[in-house]
Amino acid sequence: MSELTERLILNVGPQHPSTHGVLRVVVELEGEVIVRCTPDIGYLHRGIEKLMESKTYHQCLPLTDRIDYLAGSANNLGFVLAVEKLLGIEVPPRARYLRVIVAEMTRISSHLFWLATHAHDLGAMTPLFYTFREREQLMDLFEAVAGGRLFPCYFRIGGVARDVPDGWTAAVREFCRTFPEKMKDYETLLTKNPIWIKRTKGVGVLTVDEVLDYGLSGPVARGSGIAWDVRRADPYCGYDEFDFLVPTGENGDTYDRYLVRLEEMRQSARIIEQALDRLPSGDIIVDDPTIAYPPKTDVFTKIESLIQHFLLVEEGIRPPKGEIFHHTEAPKGELGFYIVSDGSSHPFRVKVRTPSFVNLQVLSKMAEGRLLADLIALIGTIDIVLADVDR
Amino acid sequence: MSVQPAERAYVTEVVEGLPAGAVTERDSFRDQWAVTVRKDALAEVMEALRNRWGFRYLIDVTAVDFHPRNPRFQVVYHLWCHTRSALLRVKTWVEGDPPSVPSMTALWATANWHERECFDLFGILFDGHPDLRRILLPESWEGHPLRKDYPTEGPDWDVD
Repeated sequence: MSELTERLILNVGPQHPSTHGVLRVVVELEGEVIVRCTPDIGYLHRGIEKLMESKTYHQCLPLTDRIDYLAGSANNLGFVLAVEKLLGIEVPPRARYLRVIVAEMTRISSHLFWLATHAHDLGAMTPLFYTFREREQLMDLFEAVAGGRLFPCYFRIGGVARDVPDGWTAAVREFCRTFPEKMKDYETLLTKNPIWIKRTKGVGVLTVDEVLDYGLSGPVARGSGIAWDVRRADPYCGYDEFDFLVPTGENGDTYDRYLVRLEEMRQSARIIEQALDRLPSGDIIVDDPTIAYPPKTDVFTKIESLIQHFLLVEEGIRPPKGEIFHHTEAPKGELGFYIVSDGSSHPFRVKVRTPSFVNLQVLSKMAEGRLLADLIALIGTIDIVLADVDR
Repeated sequence: MSVQPAERAYVTEVVEGLPAGAVTERDSFRDQWAVTVRKDALAEVMEALRNRWGFRYLIDVTAVDFHPRNPRFQVVYHLWCHTRSALLRVKTWVEGDPPSVPSMTALWATANWHERECFDLFGILFDGHPDLRRILLPESWEGHPLRKDYPTEGPDWDVD
């Protein structure tokens, strides 16, 4: 190596606006070309899996919101479905539909945030103002139905926390009606923008073999042409009853992944509309005193409900001995919960297989040989949240 | 939510098709199959699953600590076959101090970080891993938090 091409080791992060949280990347450069790129993670490790071992199943639920904090409900859904599978129960149809509606709203909200930050990283500041306008509407809708905005915690083991307030379904319908029109605002700014195209086309190309080898999932896999969507391949929540497309890309580059996520937002809006059309009436949580909390009004007025509440708080639910793996399609990819139960009220072991952790691993592969400026595009295109990586 | 009959039949076929000498236990719970494989046959079984049976996608690698039982750890692999939409769980018991199992990084690149995490949090060694070091915790950390004899509050926790 000559003196002119001396290697420079550059430390990107952990405090850096375009690393989407506390990601540290150690980059070895020759000029502006990345020779080696080593992600260093763990700055946001909170030991959620360990914490869950000393909590009841109900107490674990609020922890799951915090795994991917941009898609709280998607994590709740993965966890409650895994516990329900362990228990061997089916939730009432109304709860199932409400879950689909909220889960798809979460997907749109997560993708909007991704689009805002990804475009912002690459120098396009304006999309952020438009996407946050819609995201704010969604946050208000989450707040109206669940009380929380970022951490709704609306789902419960066996159903959902409460029925929707008056006028909520109409507001969601109105959102879905106007949303495709508003998406044109983003597309006008980006899709044919020459700078955007230059920064994203041909950058971070992933082949089908690489996707399979690295176990990638979600839009990152679909951008390379693999129609792998858990909602289609292993349907849960009755997703097989809905009509939607699984968009795929052709070139597997950053631009294709951008198009895939845009189309996913439209498809999510379609799913929500179908779910609203067919939303049945009836119970919102299973009628089983060993699993579901009684309504708060009953706790204050009926002794048997008070006892039921007390038992669930003190002892929790006791699933049978066994182990279960349940995967769902979270906005960022495949989210899996592996729960081992020893028959007690605390899970013996919970493993959260998060999409960001697995997808981030491919960053070194994508970045090596590219320019330093591309690294920012690549971190954005994988769509990671460091809380989801580190747990 | 429910498993389709064709996919269930395929997993059953795979579970029965694995070499009898390698598999110590076959177990089905809530429509999910799990096979427990002898540690010395693990590499061979995983290779057959990937190349012969089409389980091209390694979803996850993790471990469970059954302290104070001996053997103490169980390493768990979740595999998915894209073409048949089939899920299979492969488990193996690990003993020894420090415990070790063969690495799967040669078969699936994704195993790299999964195995590092497993090493970090359980202290299980993966033989043949190209870069086995801590991933979530700092290099200087002592102990492996997901072990059952590691207190949830942390080793230095003091009530006062």
